[in-house]
Amino acid sequence: MTGSTPITSDGADARASAPSRSGLSRRAEYDLRQRRRSTLVASVSTVLVVAAIILFVPMMPGWDRVRASFFDWDTFTDSLPKLWKPFWLNIRIFLICAPCIVVVGMLVAIARGVRSPALFPLRLFATVFTDVVRGVPVILWITLIGFGVPGLFSERAWYTKPVVWGGFALVMCYSAYVAEVFRAGIEGVHESQRAASRSLGLSSSQTMRTVVLPQAVRRVVPPLMNDMVSLQKDVALVSIIGPVEALRRAGILVSQSFNFTPYVAAAVLFLLVSIPLTRLTDHLMARERRRTSGTAVS
Amino acid sequence: MSAIHPVAKLRLDRVRKSFGDRVVLDDVTLDVGAHEVVCLIGASGSGKSTMLRCINLLEPIDDGSIWLDGVDIAEPGHDPDPVRRRVGMVFQSYNLFPHMSVLRNITLAPTKVLRRPRAEAEQTAHELLQRFGLDDKAGAFPDQLSGGQQQRVAIVRALAMQPEIMLLDEVTAALDPVLVGEVLNVIRDMRGLGMTMVLATHEMGFAREISDRVCFLHQGRVVEQGPPEQMFSAPERPETHDFLARVIASGRL
Repeated sequence: MTGSTPITSDGADARASAPSRSGLSRRAEYDLRQRRRSTLVASVSTVLVVAAIILFVPMMPGWDRVRASFFDWDTFTDSLPKLWKPFWLNIRIFLICAPCIVVVGMLVAIARGVRSPALFPLRLFATVFTDVVRGVPVILWITLIGFGVPGLFSERAWYTKPVVWGGFALVMCYSAYVAEVFRAGIEGVHESQRAASRSLGLSSSQTMRTVVLPQAVRRVVPPLMNDMVSLQKDVALVSIIGPVEALRRAGILVSQSFNFTPYVAAAVLFLLVSIPLTRLTDHLMARERRRTSGTAVS
Repeated sequence: MSAIHPVAKLRLDRVRKSFGDRVVLDDVTLDVGAHEVVCLIGASGSGKSTMLRCINLLEPIDDGSIWLDGVDIAEPGHDPDPVRRRVGMVFQSYNLFPHMSVLRNITLAPTKVLRRPRAEAEQTAHELLQRFGLDDKAGAFPDQLSGGQQQRVAIVRALAMQPEIMLLDEVTAALDPVLVGEVLNVIRDMRGLGMTMVLATHEMGFAREISDRVCFLHQGRVVEQGPPEQMFSAPERPETHDFLARVIASGRL
C-alpha cells in the first residue's frame, strides 16, 4: 500500500480492528488530535490578542497620562489596604440581602400563582409589585427609599440609617427579579406532576411544597446565581445615599490623591468575589445541562 | 343499558364534559360494581382519558353526576381530596416524582395525607415493592429505572394509599412491547386481589382477558358495553364493529 490512507477494504479492516500504537480506540485518538488542535488554536489566538493590546495601547498618544493616573503602583498599594474594611461592608450587605431576596422572591412567586379567589388581592399585589419594582432603575429606588423613608422618623436609631434602607431597596428590587425567576421555574414543572400529586390526595399547598417547589428550585439555581453575582456588584449603588463602602471610600481616596488608581483597586476587590461566583454559576449550569439533556452537542 | 349491579360502587350518570366547543363526554352513563374490572376501549380522542380524569376529579364535569358509594362526588363545591384518597390513579406517562427516591415516591402520600408514621409507611412500601419484584429498586431514582419499572412503581405508589378503586389510563401505551408484559402482570395481580378497576387501554387482547365488562366509547358516548366475549366476537353496533375491524387490521388483536 502506497497511499497515506488505506483505500482497499482489507486495509480499512486492518485499521479498524488492529489496536493503534497508543492503545486508544479510534474515537479516542481522534478526540485527542482534535483537542490538541483546539488547544493550539486557542493559545495562538490568545497570545496574538494579548500581544496586540500590550503593543498597541501604549502607542496611543495619551497612554502615559492614563497610566500615571489609573495604574500608579504606589497609589495602588497604598489604597488597597484602606479599601479592605469598606469592602467588608459590601460583603455584609450582600450576605444579609441575599437570603432575604431568596425568601421574599419565592413568596412573591408563590403569591403570583395563587388561584384561590379569596387570595386574589395577594395575587394582585404580587403582580403590581413585580411590575412597578422592575419598571424603575435600582439606583432610583435606592435614592428614593434611602433618602425618603428615614425622614419618616423623628429620632435617630439603627433603623434610620441610610445603609439599612439602601439594603431594603436592594432586597425589594432583587426580590422582584428573583420572583420572576422562581415563577418561571414553578411554571416549568409539568402539569402532570401536579395531577399525580393531587390524584394521591395531596392538597394544593402540599403539592406546591413537596412536589412543585423542590423541582422548580433545582432548575432555577443557575439563573438565581446569576442574579446573585449582579447583586454583589449592585451593592455598590448603596454608596450614593451615604454609607462608606468600597466604591465610596475609593472615591474619597481619588479626591485626596488626584489619582484614579483607587477605583482600579476597588474593581480588583469586586473581581475577587464575582469571578469565583461566576465560575460556580457556570459549573452549576453545566451540571444542570448534563443532568437534563444527556450528551452535549458541539 | 341498565345497571348490572343493584348498588354500584361507582356510577356515572349522564356526565357531560366539553373543552370549549368540543364535547368530550356526551351524556356518559356507566356503573361499576365492587371488585369489577371495566375496560374502556375506543379510538384516541373518544373520551377514555377524560372520563378517568373526571372520576378522579382532576377535571370538573359540566353536567351530570358521579356517585361513589352513593355520594355525589362531582357536586360543585365538594372537597376533592377525600375522594382522591379512595380512588387511585395511574397515568400513561408514569408521572413519578423525579426528585424523590422510589421509596419516597410511595410513602409521600401515606405520610402526608393519611399521617401514617414514616416507618410504618416504609414497611408497607417495601412489602408492596417485594410483591411486584421491585424491592431492590427502593433506593433508586425514577430516571434510573426502565419504563416498565417506573410504571410498576407508579402502580405501587397508588396502591400504597389502599384505594377502593384504581383508574388506569393507558398505562402501557408508552412502553415497548417487551415491557408491557410486566405491567400487565401487575394488573392481573390486582385483579386477583379483588381490586375494582377502570382501565382505558389499547391492548385489546389484555382487555379481553382481564375485564368483566368492556365498554366502547365513540365520540364521547358509551356506544356499547358488555362482557368481553360478546363485545369482541359479536358486537351489536356498527361503530363497535368498525373499530374492532380496524384494530384487527392493524394487528393489535
